[in-house]
Amino acid sequence: MKKTTMPSTRFVAVVALAGVALSGCATNNPRDPLERLNRGIYKFNDVADRAVLKPVATGYKKVVPSFVQKGVHNFFGNLTDAWSGLNDILQGKPDHAADDLGRFVINSTFGVLGLFDVAGMDGVPKHNEDLGQTLGYWGVPSGPYLVLPLLGPSTIRDTAALPGDWYGDIWTHKDPTRWRNIGTAIKVVDTRASLLDASDLVQGAALDEYEFLRDGYLQRREGQVHDNGGSKGDSGKLDMKSAYGDDADNVSAPKTTPEAGTTAPTPPAESTPATPAPVSK
Amino acid sequence: MKPIITLIATATMAFATHAAIAAPVGNEAPDVLVKRISSDVLDTAKSDKDIQAGDKQKVVALVQSKILPFVDTEKMTALAAGRFWRTATPAQQQRLSEEFRTLLVFTYSGALSQIKKDDKVEFKPLRADPADTDVEVRSVVTSSGGEPIQLNYRLNKGAQGWKIFDINVLGAWLVETYKGNFSSEINKTGIDGLIAKLAERNKQLASKPLAAPAK
Repeated sequence: MKKTTMPSTRFVAVVALAGVALSGCATNNPRDPLERLNRGIYKFNDVADRAVLKPVATGYKKVVPSFVQKGVHNFFGNLTDAWSGLNDILQGKPDHAADDLGRFVINSTFGVLGLFDVAGMDGVPKHNEDLGQTLGYWGVPSGPYLVLPLLGPSTIRDTAALPGDWYGDIWTHKDPTRWRNIGTAIKVVDTRASLLDASDLVQGAALDEYEFLRDGYLQRREGQVHDNGGSKGDSGKLDMKSAYGDDADNVSAPKTTPEAGTTAPTPPAESTPATPAPVSK
Repeated sequence: MKPIITLIATATMAFATHAAIAAPVGNEAPDVLVKRISSDVLDTAKSDKDIQAGDKQKVVALVQSKILPFVDTEKMTALAAGRFWRTATPAQQQRLSEEFRTLLVFTYSGALSQIKKDDKVEFKPLRADPADTDVEVRSVVTSSGGEPIQLNYRLNKGAQGWKIFDINVLGAWLVETYKGNFSSEINKTGIDGLIAKLAERNKQLASKPLAAPAK
């Protein structure tokens, strides 16, 4: 499914031009000036997904023994650890680099070419980094939301970084071509399989899937760039104004009668607590 | 003398025990509350065979009895509707809150039924002043071999104690993510149109079976 030639800068230029051309369209979201273009591509992806990728991934998940699925997942995950490690260094994060590169070395050797996540079992965390995040970390703004054919949600910045990510992906350099393509196809199926549950959930929960995915993706991506993935620190005070702006003052509608069976359970007498959680300003 | 001492002792014990059992709802710290609900729900979901097999009724019942009482869906709706909330009539606000709550119940049920046996949750310590009424509780979900998943909650302390009004999974806040859906729909068909769309979606979800959990 993946092209065997490197995506050219011309591709990016075409996209940028399309962006300029379409920016005259009325949109209501400043982060998605290319909305019409994106919706079209999204639709194409959705059709391709339903016709081919989802059924294949569903079959894969059902039929292939889970230890094989795990091995496949670990194998490709191991390759990304190497690239993450390099990006950790580019972002000046030596401790993360040590984790990711350490994982790569340990899993490639003791983990038999990455099939076993030995480092993970030892508790070494994985940090997801790519070139787009590195650029973002150094201040390159994400630019408008962009849906890529077959690859899905992205942003202008991350799309421009794709050739770099592609080059940094060890599997790209695998010879012969036949094995590389087979491996890439398996990787795509593996990724889709791991997202099956999530995509089912989104289908039910979203009123407009395109928007839901866009808004969720953009939040997540911002979080990834700044490594706070929705705040990684300790639990603490929340500033409503900075989180919700004027909406923070919205007054809820009065509570309607609860549905049957929602009697609030009383906490058991011996429930936790006596030692209050550490408090500091 | 003895009987009086016994009486006092008994009275003191009764008072102490009663005080412990009838502890006001607001006394539990928010992270303790979330941790309790979380373990309670996870343990039930993992151990109940019917739920593991995808019994929709049971999962919905679990959500309604163990999660919903601690979620302020009205506040969630008010925040997701954003500036449109301020122009909605009380009747519209009421209807919108009801429909959104139903959608949330289905969504949580769907998410719960995907919980795998080895999923573990780790909560971050709470560093907040006891006087704070708005708090963010952070946790991480790990399943063997997977990337850790951020799961954060925002709670507000109201008259009935701490209630969750926003949830963050994988870096995306529920309110923020629904804001776009809500505002586009309202721009197209007004608040009543949004209410109707939610109602229609809820009807669809009511008739669809929940996906069975992965092995």
